[in-house]
Amino acid sequence: MAEPALLEMHDMVKRFPGVVALDHAQLVLQKGSVHALMGENGAGKSTLMKCLFGIYVEDEGTITIDGAPARYSSPKQALDNGVAMVHQELNQVLRRSVMENIWLGRFPKKFGLVSTGKMLEETRKVFDELNIDVNPRVQIGKLSVSQRQMVEIAKAVSYNARILVLDEPTSSLTGEEVEHLFTIINKLRERGVGIIYISHKMEEILRISDEVTIMRDGQWVATRPASELTTDEIIRLMVGRDLSNRFPPKTNVPAETLMEVKHLTGRYPPACKDVSFELRCGEILGVAGLVGSRRTELLETLFGVAHRGEGEIDLSGKPVANRNSRESINNGFAMLTEERRATGIFPLQTITFNMTIANMKAYSHFGFLSGKEMERDTRRMVGSMRVKTPGTKTYIKSLSGGNQQKVILGRWLLTEPDVLLLDEPTRGIDVGAKYEIYQMIIDLADQGKGIVMVSSEMSELIGICDRILVMSNGRMAGVLTHEEIESEQVQETIMRLAAKYI
Amino acid sequence: MEASTASKRFTSDKVREFFLTYALYIILGVMIVVVVCINPKFLYITNIMKILQQASTRGILALGVAGMIVLAGTDLSVGRIVGASAAVTASLVQSTSYASRMWPDLPQLPLIVPLLASIAVAMFFCCINGFGVAFLKLHAFIVSLGTQLIAYGVTCIYISSQAGGAQAISTFDQNFINLVNGGVQITGDVGIPAFNNITIPYLIFYFAIAAVAMWFVWNKTALGKNMFAIGGNTEAAAVSGVSVKKNIMGVYIVAGVLYGVASFLEAGRIQSVNTQTGLNYDLDAISGCVIGGVSFSGGVGTIPGVVIGVILLQVINYSLSFLGVNPYLQYIIKGLIIILAVSIDVRKYLAKK
Repeated sequence: MAEPALLEMHDMVKRFPGVVALDHAQLVLQKGSVHALMGENGAGKSTLMKCLFGIYVEDEGTITIDGAPARYSSPKQALDNGVAMVHQELNQVLRRSVMENIWLGRFPKKFGLVSTGKMLEETRKVFDELNIDVNPRVQIGKLSVSQRQMVEIAKAVSYNARILVLDEPTSSLTGEEVEHLFTIINKLRERGVGIIYISHKMEEILRISDEVTIMRDGQWVATRPASELTTDEIIRLMVGRDLSNRFPPKTNVPAETLMEVKHLTGRYPPACKDVSFELRCGEILGVAGLVGSRRTELLETLFGVAHRGEGEIDLSGKPVANRNSRESINNGFAMLTEERRATGIFPLQTITFNMTIANMKAYSHFGFLSGKEMERDTRRMVGSMRVKTPGTKTYIKSLSGGNQQKVILGRWLLTEPDVLLLDEPTRGIDVGAKYEIYQMIIDLADQGKGIVMVSSEMSELIGICDRILVMSNGRMAGVLTHEEIESEQVQETIMRLAAKYI
Repeated sequence: MEASTASKRFTSDKVREFFLTYALYIILGVMIVVVVCINPKFLYITNIMKILQQASTRGILALGVAGMIVLAGTDLSVGRIVGASAAVTASLVQSTSYASRMWPDLPQLPLIVPLLASIAVAMFFCCINGFGVAFLKLHAFIVSLGTQLIAYGVTCIYISSQAGGAQAISTFDQNFINLVNGGVQITGDVGIPAFNNITIPYLIFYFAIAAVAMWFVWNKTALGKNMFAIGGNTEAAAVSGVSVKKNIMGVYIVAGVLYGVASFLEAGRIQSVNTQTGLNYDLDAISGCVIGGVSFSGGVGTIPGVVIGVILLQVINYSLSFLGVNPYLQYIIKGLIIILAVSIDVRKYLAKK
């Protein structure tokens, strides 16, 4: 019989209320290899990894490491058994030093006291080995995102992991840094470490990985040697159906200029620098860029949540100040924030409260709020947006992500804005609900509203936008016209522009 | 043109940052200068020693509270815990020659016994707080609000259980009084009358020892490092394998030891303990921490900061009475300074957008 693989996960099933996140998924990782795990957002990649780390308990399925069953009850236990993960969202204690973050939970000790000397020495050893040029004593919050990511990888390596999971490790790295990461990965591979590499970047996957497993809707689709795959083949397997069906037909027609932005620059870093563009009525303008390219900062500066340093915003030919959100709302702006849970919803409030909170002025008569009017508007929006909810008195926290997003979109629509600023409007939403959100955005454009939409999913920008503005390191790298979006090389063009000022 | 406005902004930001970082020291420096100008005797060594002596017990308490603030919590029960522990200490150190002792049959105990008893009582209440925060997931504010009442009730029952009823526990063993209120005499003539024959109170040494010990705990033990990690980013700490519950309990137990020691000393310092002993000490301890830069948002603070914060607060207290400021006005000034301190502290960490 053949030697068992380093890691085998078979028939993994995980159900959440209303969703089957994993539907008999599987993954087989060989020793000393890089295994790419691919799939669209919501395909079940991270759920599968969370089962491995004991963050979730699978409903069915087996996990074995070197042939022995492996069932961890916490990330700590997984780490102690040589299974490490670098999360996409860096979980670090920003006010503490680099080395303390690396050795947190297992500080090197001498006579029962934490030995700073030993910690420094061990950190230097790992950094030297990986060629990382970071001062171990510096506060981690002062490093750039890419440096912090490197530190996180060094931390995983310092656990002497046999299995290392990298979740989107290159999302905020420059070309040079990606090469550096690949050197590290090759070194680890030679050492016999099995690496699971989660990424959306086809080119990287084909270069670095030995095998590729593709997942879709929680199911295992295929596992193939990377040498036998092409980008097109991967996309076909990932999407599993015609690309055009993922987006509703575009019916909006851009008309006259609605907003003109001239040399917009933020006051405090990180800030957008010298961004100029115009937005037409009925137009959907996409904003693309890498993590840290300050797309969110651009929207925040437009909306007045972040201080404007220089530049001008003209709405219908008249300059607007937008010094704070209230002023912006009065000027006809609306902004859907990126972090729905942190800055969008009021979790322990009702649908009605969440829907009407930005529009209280409209319901106030002689200082008293009209509950009847609020209820009427909420019901109207819930109906027209097809929000799936038991009622308007339900806490928003119990709705699914897609339905929460609809409520927040509804909140802004009630203020009857002219310009909608949408930051990652479909993040963390399942495929079906995404289609509905796209439809809503296109309908709004159809009504003549101007829409600026930031997204990290290139396919959705290409799918529903009329033009795409590409940000690079805080500056505007270029704007793709409708013709350029239709062309074959659109993804390459965007990637090239996104790296322009790095 | 653009470059020059940018550089001007850069320097003005730098100036702003400098003032934010050192504003408190600047204000207090000015205060001291003003006090000295009004009455130069303020600088006499006896005054300085008095300030440090008065800062000592509050300082030891603040060292304990600081840990909880670093954990993004607080402790409102310090004062009442001191009341309970000090009452127990007092009842165990009463002079054997005193007729109405609380425990008439007790021999003169070695002083380590009341010290350990005081620590045990303080630790008990701290464990209630720690348990509430770590296991019941309550906010420290709420738990300690409850504990504070429990501790007060216990103190009242204990003190009123004396044969003579609810009277202050007093008349202590002379050894105990000497241990707390004595000092190191330095005799000699340095030529300046105000600096001759100095007595350095033992209390200052106790405070210094506690501060050094706590510096080690905060900077050289896993408990200290984990405390900062939990206060700064609980999620990250948990993912890195730090046992959040165990470390929170650890911080509370260390605080218990400090409260116990401080209560023992406080009993000796005031030499009479009643049900109101310790009242409002929590506020002094918390204000000391805050003035010293321990942030209520958690994960930030240093031991030297706490020590300086407590001393500066005492300087304000002392100089206001030294100058004979109306006592009611003193409260108002103290209150304003605390608000000012916190508002400056918050500015330091606000992310500008």
